[in-house]
Amino acid sequence: MIAIVDYDMGNLGSIKNMIKKIGGQSIISNDKSDLMKAAGIILPGVGSFDTGVRNLKKYDLYNYLQDLAEEKQIPILGICLGMQLMCKSSEEGEEIGLGLINATAVKFADSETLKIPHMGWSFVQKTKPSILLDDFTESPRFYFVHSYYVKCNEEKDILGITNYGIDFHSAFEKNNIFGVQYHPEKSHKFGITLLKGFLKYVYHRNE
Amino acid sequence: MSSWRKRVIPVLLLHGEGLVKTINFKNPKYVGDAVNSVKIFNDKEVDELALIDITPLDSRSEPNFELLKDITSECFSPLSYGGKVRSIEQIRKILGIGVEKVIINTAAIEDPEFLRSACMEFGSSTIVGSIDVKRDIFGRQRVYTSNGRKNTGKTPLEVIIQFEKCGVGEILLNSIDRDGTKKGFDLETINTLSNGVAVPVIACGGANTVDDFILALKNGASAVAAGSKFVFTGKHNAVLITYLSEDENKKLLKYEDK
Repeated sequence: MIAIVDYDMGNLGSIKNMIKKIGGQSIISNDKSDLMKAAGIILPGVGSFDTGVRNLKKYDLYNYLQDLAEEKQIPILGICLGMQLMCKSSEEGEEIGLGLINATAVKFADSETLKIPHMGWSFVQKTKPSILLDDFTESPRFYFVHSYYVKCNEEKDILGITNYGIDFHSAFEKNNIFGVQYHPEKSHKFGITLLKGFLKYVYHRNE
Repeated sequence: MSSWRKRVIPVLLLHGEGLVKTINFKNPKYVGDAVNSVKIFNDKEVDELALIDITPLDSRSEPNFELLKDITSECFSPLSYGGKVRSIEQIRKILGIGVEKVIINTAAIEDPEFLRSACMEFGSSTIVGSIDVKRDIFGRQRVYTSNGRKNTGKTPLEVIIQFEKCGVGEILLNSIDRDGTKKGFDLETINTLSNGVAVPVIACGGANTVDDFILALKNGASAVAAGSKFVFTGKHNAVLITYLSEDENKKLLKYEDK
């Protein structure tokens, strides 16, 4: 069972729908007993960084997720704001992130030519082998909507790079901790391949 | 090569339980089942879909949440929904069902405070402000509401500047005069409005070919949308759900590479 963390930060139904489509099972929950039993966790999210942190705290999940990810080594995938919440901090807010990865979220610089938010489809260039991105036969593209992007401080954590005016880190991976800036659940066949990869990792990593 | 190309968005009109296509916002013609059509577009790897409910208010006053649920369970591309949206609670419910963006038209124009609070509550990138533009009897471009029936007397620029102030993330610009005609976009209006605001403008109304899309993008549109092009085929407008062909896609990619 995959647990999709419900902390009032946007649309979770589409992630559940896609997991069902690829033959997996998931539960949308903010109940610790569901998260504890889960083989893998997805931390989605749309909205502002501070609200995200505060809502995780409101449901008493902030420390709990840190514990599951770091101590119990449960696979966890952050999507969009979820990815940014895994960082240490964000220029968008004052709260301290989960710090599951040595990275920060920063704002796109104002630009004459590029509109902010970055909204639409972009390619993700893989920078290291990974179960999430290894199964693509063509250059994968994904749907993005964001005004802040993640900057990893450690090169070995970077999994994918995307260009929008500048090159930014659109995916990271460190042991059991994964984050993607884009929306696999809205990126049809590319998203399906990526989530299949995550499920493969969740269920077969100990084999 | 990192960015792909600008979005090409089929617009699906919901009337009752089925999808229709109009000409100049009139004469809705049945084109198919909503859930099935969404499935087809997903198989064709659509960039994004817009679904707008034009069912008359006297036969349906609220969004059809049940049908939206069926649609989102088959939709693995970004989806925006518009039609009969008048309250924050409705928007919350629509987003909860799995729709990414909510398109607001009549209520956005009549009640800027509502639009502002929707943008505050759900974030700019979730709210699309939409306008329907038509030439009035004096040939002036004016914004119409209520499915093109009511002339607000306002100019398109005036309305979208108001939208921008309220914080919308995108503007969907519809041309009533071009709707369903396949005569090409109203490029002059697209140009004026795209240059008039910083918010991305999605051009809609009149597209027939990829060259039309390219012209709209050249004139400042951030994305392009079309109805007839993707639901009809041939001279006699036989119903056929299609998306960009490989050649059309290549042509667009080539244009944007320059």
